[in-house]
Parts: sequence; C-alpha cells; structure tokens
Amino acid sequence: MSNAEDHEGTRRDFIYYATAGAGVVTAGAAIWPLVNQMNPSADVQAASTMRVDVSTVEPGTQLTVLFQGKPVFIRSRTEEEIAEARAVEISELIDPLARNENVSEDAEATDINRAIGEDEGWLVMIGLCTHLGCVPTENAGDFGGWFCPCHGSHYDTAGRIRRGPAPENLPVPRAEFIDETTLLLG
Amino acid sequence: MSGIPHDHYEPTTQGEKWLHRRLPIVGLLYDTIMIPTPKNLNWMWIWGIVLTFCLVLQIVTGVVLVMHYTPHVDMAFASVEHIMRNVNGGHMLRYLHMNGASLFFLAVYMHIFRGLYYGSYKAPREITWIIGMLIYLLMMGTAFMGYVLPWGQMSFHGTAVITGLFGAIPFIGDGLQTWLLGAQAVGQPALNRFFSLHYLLPFVIAGLVIVHIWAFHTTGNNNPTGVEVRRTSKAEAERDTLPFWPYFVIKDLFALALIMIVFFAVVGFMPNYLGHPDNYIEGTALKTPSHIVPEWYFLPFYAILRAFTPDVGIVMFTSWITGGIIDAKFFGVLAMFGAIVVLALAPWLDTSSVRSGRYRPMFKWWFWILVLDFIVLMWVGARPAEGIYPTIALIGSTYWFAYFLVILPLLGVIEKPLPQPATIEEDFKAHYGKDKDTAAAPVASPAE
Repeated sequence: MSNAEDHEGTRRDFIYYATAGAGVVTAGAAIWPLVNQMNPSADVQAASTMRVDVSTVEPGTQLTVLFQGKPVFIRSRTEEEIAEARAVEISELIDPLARNENVSEDAEATDINRAIGEDEGWLVMIGLCTHLGCVPTENAGDFGGWFCPCHGSHYDTAGRIRRGPAPENLPVPRAEFIDETTLLLG
Repeated sequence: MSGIPHDHYEPTTQGEKWLHRRLPIVGLLYDTIMIPTPKNLNWMWIWGIVLTFCLVLQIVTGVVLVMHYTPHVDMAFASVEHIMRNVNGGHMLRYLHMNGASLFFLAVYMHIFRGLYYGSYKAPREITWIIGMLIYLLMMGTAFMGYVLPWGQMSFHGTAVITGLFGAIPFIGDGLQTWLLGAQAVGQPALNRFFSLHYLLPFVIAGLVIVHIWAFHTTGNNNPTGVEVRRTSKAEAERDTLPFWPYFVIKDLFALALIMIVFFAVVGFMPNYLGHPDNYIEGTALKTPSHIVPEWYFLPFYAILRAFTPDVGIVMFTSWITGGIIDAKFFGVLAMFGAIVVLALAPWLDTSSVRSGRYRPMFKWWFWILVLDFIVLMWVGARPAEGIYPTIALIGSTYWFAYFLVILPLLGVIEKPLPQPATIEEDFKAHYGKDKDTAAAPVASPAE
C-alpha cells in the first residue's frame, strides 16, 4: 500500500521513522568506539614534562632531545646569530607570528618573542618542519639556521620560515629554565 | 551475466544437475571463463592478468612474511633482518614481496594508460573505470602502509610526510593527523595500525577486483577499435569474438611468462635496485634522511605535491581569495589528490564520441605528451626541490591538469576523427584475416 495519498501521519509512518532513527543511533553508537580507539591512548596522552640538563651545550651548538615522540632542538646561539635574527624586519617574514607557546598567540615573530630567557641566547623549538614534518638540519640553508632536506624549506637563526613550502615558523613548545642549567619542557 | 549472446553452461551429469539446482557455481565460473572476448585485442590487454597475478603473489608472500614479522618499534626492523638472514628462503620471499609491489604498479600504470588511449573509460564502462580508480587508490594506501613496516629511516620519515598531508587540511588537519597516527608523532600506534590495515586492504582490493571484472563482463571488453561487439545474434557476436578460454588465457599466460623472466631477473640479481639504501638504517625520530623520496610509483604525484610553492601565481591568488585558508601546503595536497580525481573523471571530461585513440589524429599527440609528462614528473619527483626542478615539476603538473580539464573537453569539439571500421571482424580481417580466397595474393607476391 502506498502512503503517498495518505497525508495524515499514520502509525506505520511513525514506526518507519522510529525504526530508521533507532537504526542510525545504533549504527553511530557501534561505529564511534571503532573510530575513537584510534585516538591517542591514555599512556600517550598522559601529559608529561621533561627536564633537560643543558650545561654541556656550548654557544653555536644544538642539543636534540626526543620529547613526546618529537625531536626538540635546544640551541645555544652565538652573538652573531642573535644579531642576524634581530636585524630582520617583521615585514620580511613569511609568517609574522611568534608561534611561541610561552607568549601570547598573536605576538609578533621578533627575536625576543622566539627565544627562551631574557638574553635571547637560547632557542627551543620542536624540530619538525611545518611543511610535512621532516627534521630540518642545523647550520644549513640560505639563512644560516635550519634547512629541511625534504622539500627545501629554509629557516633563519631564530627558526623562522624564510623560503620554501613550509607555511609557519618552527613552533616553540612550553619551556622555561628552572635553574641556570636545567630546562623544563612541557 | 554478459550482454553478448553466447552459450551458457548446461549441467549434463546427474551430479552436476544436483549441484546446479542447489548452487549454480559451476555455471558462474563457466560463464565467466567462457566470456566472448573481442578477437582483435592487442598486447596491451594482458595487464589485467598480470595485475591479478600480482595481487595473488602479494597476498601469498605477505601472509607467510607475517609469520615472522613483529609490528613493534623496537623489533620491527630486527624482525625484517631476521627474515632476511635466518628464515628459510626468507630473503627470497621478502624480495618477491618488495619487487612484487613494483611490478603491481608498473602493470597498473600500463593498464590505466591503455584505458586512456583506447577510451576504455567511456560509456558504458564508466563504472569499470571508477572501480578501477578505487582499486588504484587502495593499492597506493596499501603500498604506503607496507613501506612503513620495515621501520627503516625512509619508512619512518615517509610516514611523517604522508600523514602530514592530512595535517595540512584547514581546521581539522591537526586532529585528523593525530587520529591517524594515534599520537602526536609517528610511533608504535602508527606502526601497529598500519600493519593491521596493510593486511586488510588487499582483501578489499580482491573484492573490488571481482566487481571490476563483473562490470566489464556486463558491458563486454573494449578493444583497440573501440567499436562494440555486435550482439543482435549469437552468430554475429561469434564473428567478432572468441571465448576467453582458451584463446586469451593462453595469450595472457605467454605474456605473463615473459614478464616473469624479467621480474625474476630483478628479484634474483638486483632486488634492491628500486629501493633506497636509507631504509636499511633503523628509523629514528632524531634524524631525517638528507634526501627523502617515496618509492618510484608515487613520484609523479609527489612531484605535483611539491610543484605548488608559495611563489607560484595561482597559489598566491588562491591563498588571497580564500583569506589564507588554502595556503601553499594545502594547495599542494589538493593538487596531488586532484590529479587523481581528474583522472577518475575522464569519462565525463572527454567529450569525443569516438572511443579509440587510433581514430583520433589530434588526440594521439596529446596522449603521448601525457605519457611523456608522467615520465618527466616521475623523474623530477626524485630530484631535490631546488634549481630548475621545481619549474619542470610546475610545467609538468600544469600539463597533467590541462590534459584532463581543457584538452579532453575541447578535442571532442574541434577534432575531426578518422573513419572507424564498421565491425571488429572487418578490422580483424584487415590486419590478420587470411580467408583462403582473398589472402593468397598479398602473401605470395613478396616471396617472388
């Protein structure tokens, strides 16, 4: 029997809608755990912090540590590197934002906003190219900072993107010095 | 199942009749294997068998490799070396599986370009084409996830790059990438789930292959003339076709045997020729290989991904018009997936009513430029992203899109096609047909 001529809602219509609705809800309830199991598990999520002893890092060298599965660059910069980074105008940058979790989100990418600590000597960044996540190599590229070998992104001595396909500056994670030589990540 | 009239299975013995009434499986197999096939099929029609062989080879070698492999970040690399050094015949099984992937992709590219040249994608074979494209996508996913499993340096950083493609999607990208990896970065969760999916997807492919065959058994095969088999009567159809068994099976197996000679020469004597030495270094997050490249079969699309840098006009324009939502990174990702989407849309982008490129004088040129373009993109995809290479990649990518979005639609309007044969039989006779009365003269004269 066709319900087309039957404009009043019939009990049969109600049963159709109720069944379809219950079916959708059941299917969704069944699928969601299957999707959600792929999200980071509790041990992965467990937000951890990490203390790094940086006493051995000489100016002009870099320590790379693995933090939450990602390489973190901890670089002690030379005076020249700092001067070079300071001399860059914000207008010259591809990404004008600091991308530093320790300052406000809309802070400009000045050298002081990128560095950790007052003297701008330390630069701490997640060492994953913002293009597709390769690890850039240090002391390389046309701007004296980092160069990503995968697709040719050049970063300057403050880890800011200057040329190539990467859209953003290398991100600075939450980090602070808890004493002269110990850096706390996270 | 087929629209072409032909003999169907008739159970004769009591046992066959008993089974047929309960499960007509013999009939199904008989009708499939005896399908009337255009008798003018050339050597480009052998790749289907090669592909079927590859799928079986990969599943069989894969299943036995899994008996020795451990999907754990600390043990995966060592377990692959264990297969290479300790497992009886393990190195051979692994090399077959590795190079089997390459043969699989070589065959699928030949198969796809065959379809493009002879218009196999055109009505009424659009569904066959679309299913084929789905199989191709699944093949790429499966091959990528398989490449992750040995957990070498290329495995590790290739995973970072490829999952980074999903991270480039605006707004949801970061969450999606984390969901895919099961963590903020490549690690144990990613390896474990890729292993699971790498085992699963080949069986999904096998299912789709059956649908692919079902679809073109319904429409009938295309053929080099693009002219349909006559199907008004069985007698007429039989003048255009031969049954798949034994004629085409023997032909295809002969071709497969030749290909196997080359394949086993590669497996036996140069098994790592197509691989990267970096993948024999255990994967680590702290160092990226100095020059990261995917396997050869992904290179054309990798070149397209890299071609659209922020200094390209269309990228700047798109970024400006979308208020920066589509930046260069996302543009590259869209271009890469778009390159496959336009390929899949070929049935609707090609406006020409003539199916086979054989009778399309202008189309031929553009087609061969597309083949050349594909090879150039493959070559440039393996080069570093500096100097002249990005420019070549950009020109190559532009042609790829122009072929599908501009040239195919326009050619159908401006091109004057050559006359096509009325029937397959006519074409066949013109090439090979030596009826006793007509053939004597042309054969005899050069001998004199």
